[in-house]
Amino acid sequence: MPSTFFIPDPEGQVPSPEGYFGAFGGKFIPEALVAAVDEVAVEYDKAKQDPEFARELDDLLVNYTGRPSALTEVPRFAEHAGGARVFLKREDLNHTGSHKINNVLGQALLTKRMGKTRVIAETGAGQHGVATATACALFGLDCTIYMGEIDTRRQALNVARMRMLGAEVVAVKSGSRTLKDAINEAFRDWVANVDHTHYLFGTVAGPHPFPAMVRDFHRVIGVEARRQLLERTGRLPDAAIACVGGGSNAIGLFHAFVPDTQVRLIGCEPAGHGIETGEHAATLSAGEPGILHGSRSYVLQDDEGQITEPYSISAGLDYPGIGPEHAYLKDTGRGEYRAVTDDAAMQALRLLSRTEGIIPAIESAHALAGALEVGKELGRDGLIVVNLSGRGDKDMDTAARYFGLYDTDAEVAQDASGTAEIEEDAK
Amino acid sequence: MSGNLQLLADTLAAARNEGRAALIAYLPAGFPTVDGGIEAVKAVLDSGADVVEVGLPHSDPVLDGPVIQTADDIALRGGVKIADVMRTVREAHAATGKPVLVMTYWNPVDRYGVERFTAELAEAGGAGCILPDLPVQESALWREHAEKHNLATVFVVAPSSKDARLAEITAAGSGFVYAASLMGVTGTRESVSSQAEDLVRRTRATGTGLPVCVGLGVSNAAQAAEVAGFADGVIVGSAFVKRMLDAPDEAAGLAAVRELAADLAEGVRGRAPQAG
Repeated sequence: MPSTFFIPDPEGQVPSPEGYFGAFGGKFIPEALVAAVDEVAVEYDKAKQDPEFARELDDLLVNYTGRPSALTEVPRFAEHAGGARVFLKREDLNHTGSHKINNVLGQALLTKRMGKTRVIAETGAGQHGVATATACALFGLDCTIYMGEIDTRRQALNVARMRMLGAEVVAVKSGSRTLKDAINEAFRDWVANVDHTHYLFGTVAGPHPFPAMVRDFHRVIGVEARRQLLERTGRLPDAAIACVGGGSNAIGLFHAFVPDTQVRLIGCEPAGHGIETGEHAATLSAGEPGILHGSRSYVLQDDEGQITEPYSISAGLDYPGIGPEHAYLKDTGRGEYRAVTDDAAMQALRLLSRTEGIIPAIESAHALAGALEVGKELGRDGLIVVNLSGRGDKDMDTAARYFGLYDTDAEVAQDASGTAEIEEDAK
Repeated sequence: MSGNLQLLADTLAAARNEGRAALIAYLPAGFPTVDGGIEAVKAVLDSGADVVEVGLPHSDPVLDGPVIQTADDIALRGGVKIADVMRTVREAHAATGKPVLVMTYWNPVDRYGVERFTAELAEAGGAGCILPDLPVQESALWREHAEKHNLATVFVVAPSSKDARLAEITAAGSGFVYAASLMGVTGTRESVSSQAEDLVRRTRATGTGLPVCVGLGVSNAAQAAEVAGFADGVIVGSAFVKRMLDAPDEAAGLAAVRELAADLAEGVRGRAPQAG
């Protein structure tokens, strides 16, 4: 019997057996990891065919995660989006507060099948780290999470959550001290401990089979959203919109809509302070093809192949790479990618909070800001689905400082003009 | 100008004919400065290294431990460019006549252009390249250009490599085979992993005629002698870099790498004669 929530890509579609989505993907890894990565591919192929694996994962997704996730129409927010109808796919309501748990539970089951006893993972904003620490607690696996030192500071709440769940959190002090460096450090750990350790990669990047496997675990997002929209509105949306850092929640939403060519797939990249300032993480908008963390895709790099330091107010999007399937969607024209600044995202974050009573993650706020633009382009007949990939609790410190919400934060509170401007925009 | 693949092969064969292992040193270009790095590379070659690998520093050295990461950081912050790496190769080879390889990650080469990179490396007198994150399946384009310019393609094998894969890798490689002594990143270790000898044995069992050289974790003469007992070459990197990082100034750093190279050169000659 086909499973309801674990819905891998139908056979015969991309990637190729070598893991290529067109010109992107592949397996650029050190020899020491080849056997382990091959083992993941073989084990995942077996799991895909095994009804028991699907049954176990479905059971977890329903009774632990809380799937299916709700689809919420947000009319008061939509008034600011040109009057188009806007629906949010509520991945923020999943256990642990984001879409990340979908992939983590799948790979945690795979870890058990491979007989490995330890899991490592990278995390940016901490959402993947929290989800991984959660699954490790659930399955009794040892857990080490690598997190850039800068991110451990801006996402202190999630560091505490991971430690509460029993994980070891390692603050990575090399390079830009953000997500990319956390991944480097996790790879170094994996090379040394691969015999008993699974690297539970958190996004649709990395060497084959990770981009395809992580996508498969998140496909449920789009499959559910598509069905829910058809039930509620009787038609497909004009646009499916998601934020893209590494790209996992976006692929999760997009993938079920790929054959529906009338549905625009729109990824919102972090433009930080603006692409023209150089302080951004808009990989598809401003990057060039290259190899980072095991696959060929777009990367932010200089003309000698050194990876440049990304910037975003959102720790979860602060990454100079992007999953290879997004590079493929971009180059084939099936996907559209636009850049959203810190300021636009923060305004959208507050707007959704005040119009709908939903505080989104800063990551997801990039998609909301994109929806405000796209809605105006589509007008009143437009129908948009946005992946609300995570909730904003973890971002309250960043948001409070940005908007001057702390009573004691005199410096920010004094900046009354800026605050007033944002409030005006939010009305 | 054609690359120096043959010089590399001859050098390793000469060491074998002398009944010893070759000493292969690694130092990053641009560390502590471009000129200082060139002096250091020449110093290790003058003091007993048979071959040198010049590192092309990368922003994301996922296979390197803290010592080489630190040196790479210093070099990159100093603004090292691929042209500086080529100059390092050129001057080191011209001054010593010894084979000089480049070791780096795949993205800098891919971005620079494979043809441009291989042509410039050959022109500088380079002998080949080690690209530890370019596995054999992804290496066809690189090998086509490396062969055209007579450059060695040195592949890494690891204790986790299965026998069938060792055969595939040794068949595609040239120059020598880089056997990683252990599962881990670069850095000095207290002792040589017991996995190393088994890996060398399994690599030779593929029937390859390539020398098998062992790297990762070797830092002193005693370890070099131990590895020389079963391998064709001993590769030392982090120990050299650490001497330079620990030195109070560049002159002291040069003296320290000379001393280490001389010690290791004795080490690779200190093995018991091989049976058969």
